[in-house]
Amino acid sequence: MMTFFGIFSQFLEILVALVAAPLLTGWVTQCRAWMQNKRAPSLWQPYRTLHKLFHKESVLVEHATPLFRTAPYIVFGCMTLASGIVPTLSTQLPLSPTADAIALVGLLALARVFISLAAMDIGTAFGTMGARREMLVGFLAEPALLMVLFCSSLITKSTLLTSIVDNLMHRELAIYPSLAFAGVAFTMVSLAENARIPVDNPTTHLELTMIHEALTLEYSGRHLALLEWAASLKLFAYSCIGIALFLPWGIAEANHPFALLGALFFLALKLTIGGAALALIETCSAKMRIFRVPEFLMTAFLLAVIGMLVHFLLGA
Amino acid sequence: VPELMSLDFVLIVVAAWLLIGACGLLVLRRTTFVARCLFPLGALIGVMLAVNGLIACFGTPEVAILPLGMPGLPFHLRLDGLSSYFLFVLGVVSTGVSLFSAGYFRKGEGTPPGLLCLQYHVCLASMALLLVADDAYVFMVAWETMTLSATLLVTANHRVPEVRRAGYLYLLISHIGALALLLCFGLLQANTGDYTFANMRLQHLDHFWASTAFFLALAGFGAKAGLLPLHIWLPEAHPAAPSPISALLSAFVLKTGVYGILRVTFDLLDLQIWWWGGFTLALGLATALFGVVLCAVQTDMKRLLAYSSIENIGLIFVGIGLAILFRAYGMASLAALALTAALYHVASHGAFKSLLFLGTGTVLHATGERNLGRLGGLMRFMPWTGWAALVGMLAAAGLPPFGGFVSEWLLLQSFLFTPGLPNSFLNMLIPIVAAVIALVGALAGYVMVKFFGIIFLGQPRERKLYDAHDAGLWERAGFAWLVSACLFLGLFPVQMISMLGPVTQVLVGEGISKTVARNGWFLLAPVAPERAGYTPALFMLVLLVFCLLAYLLVRFWYHGKVRRAVPWACGYPFPNARMQDTAEGFGQPIREIFGPFFRMTRELPSPFDVAPRYKVTVEDPFWGLVYRPIAALSERIARVVGLLQHGRIAIYLLYSFLTLLVLLLVVN
Repeated sequence: MMTFFGIFSQFLEILVALVAAPLLTGWVTQCRAWMQNKRAPSLWQPYRTLHKLFHKESVLVEHATPLFRTAPYIVFGCMTLASGIVPTLSTQLPLSPTADAIALVGLLALARVFISLAAMDIGTAFGTMGARREMLVGFLAEPALLMVLFCSSLITKSTLLTSIVDNLMHRELAIYPSLAFAGVAFTMVSLAENARIPVDNPTTHLELTMIHEALTLEYSGRHLALLEWAASLKLFAYSCIGIALFLPWGIAEANHPFALLGALFFLALKLTIGGAALALIETCSAKMRIFRVPEFLMTAFLLAVIGMLVHFLLGA
Repeated sequence: VPELMSLDFVLIVVAAWLLIGACGLLVLRRTTFVARCLFPLGALIGVMLAVNGLIACFGTPEVAILPLGMPGLPFHLRLDGLSSYFLFVLGVVSTGVSLFSAGYFRKGEGTPPGLLCLQYHVCLASMALLLVADDAYVFMVAWETMTLSATLLVTANHRVPEVRRAGYLYLLISHIGALALLLCFGLLQANTGDYTFANMRLQHLDHFWASTAFFLALAGFGAKAGLLPLHIWLPEAHPAAPSPISALLSAFVLKTGVYGILRVTFDLLDLQIWWWGGFTLALGLATALFGVVLCAVQTDMKRLLAYSSIENIGLIFVGIGLAILFRAYGMASLAALALTAALYHVASHGAFKSLLFLGTGTVLHATGERNLGRLGGLMRFMPWTGWAALVGMLAAAGLPPFGGFVSEWLLLQSFLFTPGLPNSFLNMLIPIVAAVIALVGALAGYVMVKFFGIIFLGQPRERKLYDAHDAGLWERAGFAWLVSACLFLGLFPVQMISMLGPVTQVLVGEGISKTVARNGWFLLAPVAPERAGYTPALFMLVLLVFCLLAYLLVRFWYHGKVRRAVPWACGYPFPNARMQDTAEGFGQPIREIFGPFFRMTRELPSPFDVAPRYKVTVEDPFWGLVYRPIAALSERIARVVGLLQHGRIAIYLLYSFLTLLVLLLVVN
């Protein structure tokens, strides 16, 4: 298993995620601007922002505890690991048995808990409010995501993401009713988890409805850069989970450089389309009141559970 | 010279703990001696018990008969895998708690320290004896000793009326449970008159009597463990007790209920019926969800943890229910998986919950506050306690790579591999149950962020918190011990499960330790490595490497400059501590979503109030649904019976005479 190419594709995958994640964020922003008849910022804007933030000095609150300083690194590490576990380019990943689908959900939850704790550390009204809302979204989105992953686990009889992808790729092209339900639920969860409209608006600051921005309000400089980078890594990882579960074709199975190259091409293609679709959803929908968010997520959760039930009913 | 067996060693430990307790009685008021000598000695014995339990897990069952007790009824003792495992957990937990206690108890807190030392060690010794009991007499003697000593420990601050009430409630519910247990053992011996467990194993009860025995056991042990609706004493007794005692209660006294139900169901009863499993599963699930939802709206830190214990007990019973279900359908390997998850959770809950309770103890000593609304920002003043509580909190939230996650992972795995139950109705319910478990796990994260964030993060909500002092050396030692237990359980599940293999082998005839051990020392793959896998040690390592690399690379390419300033807070210049979320505020979304779970009363201010007050009280609905009606009914009955009482001896003699007449009539 631990072949040279395996390790190579693992490194390549993490590297691609780290490099391409801000690009994906930029692409979504650009698409959205086009659809809304606005002038789009450059595709490279997220990189420039990161570069700028890394150069700035970090302003820390006087009474911040070490938890506040370490949280960005932990969140960034979690997201990097997550993007290393999800098979984006190859299914021959040495890190695959480190964490299966359940542990991946746990990993994302770990990141969420740390960012929430860091937001509470300063003790401002916005920080604790953001933490509460983040945990509110989390406690509904996390089981929903788990149920989505379970749907595919039940079909493939495995919780390892690489095995799921391997198995799904080799099935004939057919619509699995359970996966259809799961797909809708997954889309809803991803919107909520990545702070997108209709749950949160990634472009506004200083609104009483913000979630993600409220969490990072007291961060600046390199810490903020890491958190923003982690946020785009999260979007990237979620997109890749979606691709792995619902559109796995094109991910390399063999340890061959050309196979990896082909996988890279397919990944870029799917992400381009997926990013545009995300922008379309964001353009078409309006931001919900925060009190409606539990309802939205509860729907996602129930859809995923129905997906599982459908699997038991129909056996597919 | 006869070889010393593990069982003898357990008895030595019991004797040693009793001896330490007796020493405490001799030095009743010498706090320093009791704290610095007796409690650490008890901790040392705890370590020995843990090591002994560890060794005995892999050994063969040992039996002994002690010439104690009533004439003709000697004490039967037996040490098998299940007992050894629970003894191991008891040893580990009690060591942490005893170490902490060495620094915790001070002068002038109700019960004198020497007496407290006696009660504490009697409680420990009775639990150790309980775990090796092999007949109903010893079992009940140990059980009652444990209950009584625990009641005395709970009411250590007996000058406070609330504490006395809590102790009374605990005693009452425990005795209702004990009554059910007596009846259960009565059924299990099946009219043979022989109350040894060896005899009970040989009896074959029919469906009806076996089910009755099972439900009596569930009621009896459930009352101790805190299953719905007998959980009511937990949120009262835990805040009342001194923190190390709460830790012991939550970490181990509750688990004796788990031990008992396992012993009766899988060992003493030869029959397992699927709907027992279904019922236990449903009850466990209801307990877990109810516990975590009520946990989210608490404002007292120890009451919050008590409800969290109810949740965790619920999860353990879900695992047990699932194991009964699988066992009834003859799927031994799945039963072993579910049981492993439950037993693993016994250990991890023991470790993290005692850690959290000990943390609240230090906070209580430093601030004198249990109310979350008056705490905050303590991480700055109490870093040791804060970091220890952080580990406990992450484990309690079921996050990788800590102990709580492993058991949750195993539990979810046993659900995923369920398809194939011969009952299609159950098959349909399984995904719903899995969904609720996932929801409970996620809510536990919410609750723990609330707990930790409100106590340790943010700004102090009161002036006096600025003078809070950190834990002392002994208390830190207790923290360190339990933190390492949490980390070990999280990082080395394969090693832990290799210990659980013999236990499940005894109970359901199958163990997953061999399957797990096949994949090396780090990969946890309970079924097959291509179906599921989790490698916590590697997970932790890779995560740390990524964090470290990020840190070093940022330093290397950019800089590490930092400026200190006041909080920005969106430009608002006068932020104060009262603007942070309160505990009530943090629980508000849960109150809205899970409204039907509570009895809520709201007092809203009118627009014309000079001093507007907003008040919301949330109460456990079981008080109104079950307990108050029962109390009212029994008071009414007492009043009717009271009519017979006149306080005059002539009338009582008349009663006796009439009774005698009636009896004579009946007998004739």
